[in-house]
Amino acid sequence: MERIYLDHAATTPVHPKAAEAMMPYFTSVFGNPSSTHHYGRESKAALQRARRILADAVGASAEEIVLTAGGTEADNLAIMGYARNHHHLGRHIITAVTEHHGVLHACQALEKEGFSVTYLNVDSSGLIRMEELEEALRDDTILVSLMTANNETGVVQPIQAIGDRLKEHQAVFHTDAVQAVGKREIHVSDLGVDMLAASAHKFNGPNGTGFLYVRKGIQLSPLLHGGSQERKRRAGTESTALAAGMAEALRLTLEEMELKQTEQERFRRLLLTQLEHGGAEAVVNGHPEERLSNVLNISFPGANVEQLLMNLDLEGIAVSSGSACTAGSIEASHVLTAMHGDSERGRSAVRFSFGLGTTDEQINRTAETLLRVLQRMKMLN
Amino acid sequence: MADNAEIRVVVGMSGGVDSSVTAHLLKEEGYDVVGIFMKNWDDSDESGFCSATEDYEDVAAVADQLGIPYYTVNFEKEYWDNVFSYFLDEYKAGRTPNPDVMCNKEIKFKAFLDHAMALGADYVATGHYARKTVENGEVKLLKGVDSNKDQTYFLNALSQEQLSRVMFPLGNLPKPEVRDIAKKAELATAAKKDSTGICFIGERNFKEFLMQFLPAKSGTMETLEGEVKGTHEGLMYYTLGQRQGLGIGGAGEPWFVVDKDLERNVLIVGQGYHHPLLYSEALKAESVNWISGAAPSESFSCTAKFRYRQEDKPVTVTVNEDGSADVTFAEPERAVTPGQYVVFYDGDVCLGGGTIDQVYKAAALSL
Repeated sequence: MERIYLDHAATTPVHPKAAEAMMPYFTSVFGNPSSTHHYGRESKAALQRARRILADAVGASAEEIVLTAGGTEADNLAIMGYARNHHHLGRHIITAVTEHHGVLHACQALEKEGFSVTYLNVDSSGLIRMEELEEALRDDTILVSLMTANNETGVVQPIQAIGDRLKEHQAVFHTDAVQAVGKREIHVSDLGVDMLAASAHKFNGPNGTGFLYVRKGIQLSPLLHGGSQERKRRAGTESTALAAGMAEALRLTLEEMELKQTEQERFRRLLLTQLEHGGAEAVVNGHPEERLSNVLNISFPGANVEQLLMNLDLEGIAVSSGSACTAGSIEASHVLTAMHGDSERGRSAVRFSFGLGTTDEQINRTAETLLRVLQRMKMLN
Repeated sequence: MADNAEIRVVVGMSGGVDSSVTAHLLKEEGYDVVGIFMKNWDDSDESGFCSATEDYEDVAAVADQLGIPYYTVNFEKEYWDNVFSYFLDEYKAGRTPNPDVMCNKEIKFKAFLDHAMALGADYVATGHYARKTVENGEVKLLKGVDSNKDQTYFLNALSQEQLSRVMFPLGNLPKPEVRDIAKKAELATAAKKDSTGICFIGERNFKEFLMQFLPAKSGTMETLEGEVKGTHEGLMYYTLGQRQGLGIGGAGEPWFVVDKDLERNVLIVGQGYHHPLLYSEALKAESVNWISGAAPSESFSCTAKFRYRQEDKPVTVTVNEDGSADVTFAEPERAVTPGQYVVFYDGDVCLGGGTIDQVYKAAALSL
């Protein structure tokens, strides 16, 4: 059975060239970048090359890039690291209910430390309302953290408008751009963001590495204590190999970004058209335009999404649902609940996400299989 | 013979050795095997520890060894609505329920079976020690060959439709052999201890568990003659024929629970294992299920078990129109307990069973 992977928003295969780019740093160029001898200098140079590529990719300078062990750490460092360093300016934070748990749970942890957090709602298309942000902003607000693109729906927030608004406020602006980096143009100063989190394994880089852009001059309290790596913002010996792999993956991804966008828009249309022709009741979730191309979130009202996913997996197709089955009933994800309340639409949502290796033929087979499985489930339910 | 690879069998895997071997045997025979772990009860404690997580890890380990896909499904709601609420209701009514029978009827061979069918399964398989044969289109449920492990008692409430879609690969094996197979195949669960007790209570203290759900009302323990011998902590914590935990000392034979007076909230105790009040000679069973779909005849003789692992006892059964049955024992029987099941057999064939509703004491007339 030829398997089809349509879960690129969860994680992606490492690009063969990125894997190749990492190899020397496991065996021959293995020095500790902090060492002052030849081996250390070699590794440090490679690390700096990688850092420059990452910086260029988001329009930053190299010293503004902090290498982390992934997106969650980058989000945690931005939010907790900034709040703990700036509580003298205020103790109020703004984020949104549809954020990734890497952001939400960091905010909740800060609430226990005495910070107060406003969680902005979203409309049914998944977008925050600027008026609501306006109302939430206070004199003691020190940080606004809003994601660029949502991991479940691909909905893209008006980052630039938010960035513009916050220029006149003391609050710094962090964006979790884990899903967006490599999928659309990101330029930190155009967007007006002060911090931005990214994760390599979402753009065909290796797992276990990511980075945080921190605008020059912003102080963070580190989460990890130890050596003075990453300008004392992140202790621990850097992985030259992972950094090199991440940089190469991002470089390759950006080269093909527009091409991929066009292709993925075609995948979306192809899948939706065939589902429609096949008579499936399929409702697309999220804003029709303000979104990524590679994520397609569809509800199949009435379908038991748990069964649907198992069926697709048994047929060799890997997709995911944001919903979780807790206490015996399927609960919509926090993202879809925020958009549609506790609803059938939220509970029956499936996420298809395209990426490296996805083909028209795979999309055709997915549509066929999906229709067959829906038929089987309806007949039996 | 049909190509087994074309036959999808969904195995209910609990993380125990029996269901691990079940999946292993089916895989060896070339079936398209899918493993599913059922989570029926939320037992996570304050620290977030959940024994179901450990069991699921074992399922994952075995499934990986076998090279089969595995998933988890959550039937907590179905279990609560159909098994646990019945369990509590029976205790409230002063009876001793058997949640395992209900779990098989409502969860393993209903919610789980339906789920498996929606996954395109041809059969579901479980690690029960039972066999089935098909004769003239009728599915017969047979005892497992290991009489010590035979689990047909728990399967008495199943229907033809349910059984027709079931496989019991362990039915022909003695338990020690199942362990051996697990060891030889080096299954991750080969040395795992068998689970004991009611699944949702596990190793916990039964009284403490029940107390969370049912208010206990203490009362007196009295002899048949009305002499107060102590206090009880709530009638539901005691079962007929029980000796342990009464705390009655003194001379003579040990004391046993011989009856419950629900109206007066009194636990009736008597001396001696063979106290006459513990003996009954007949019972009424309600909502009797006949596995074939119908009773063998209006009135017939067969054997019966009144609890799990008991020897088969000769009985005469008269079937009533309302679905109940009157069962008369050839010999008086000790501690037949309302709420448990009476399960009927014709040799190795399990005919069906019903809940014991009324018990007619041998000594009743002399009271």
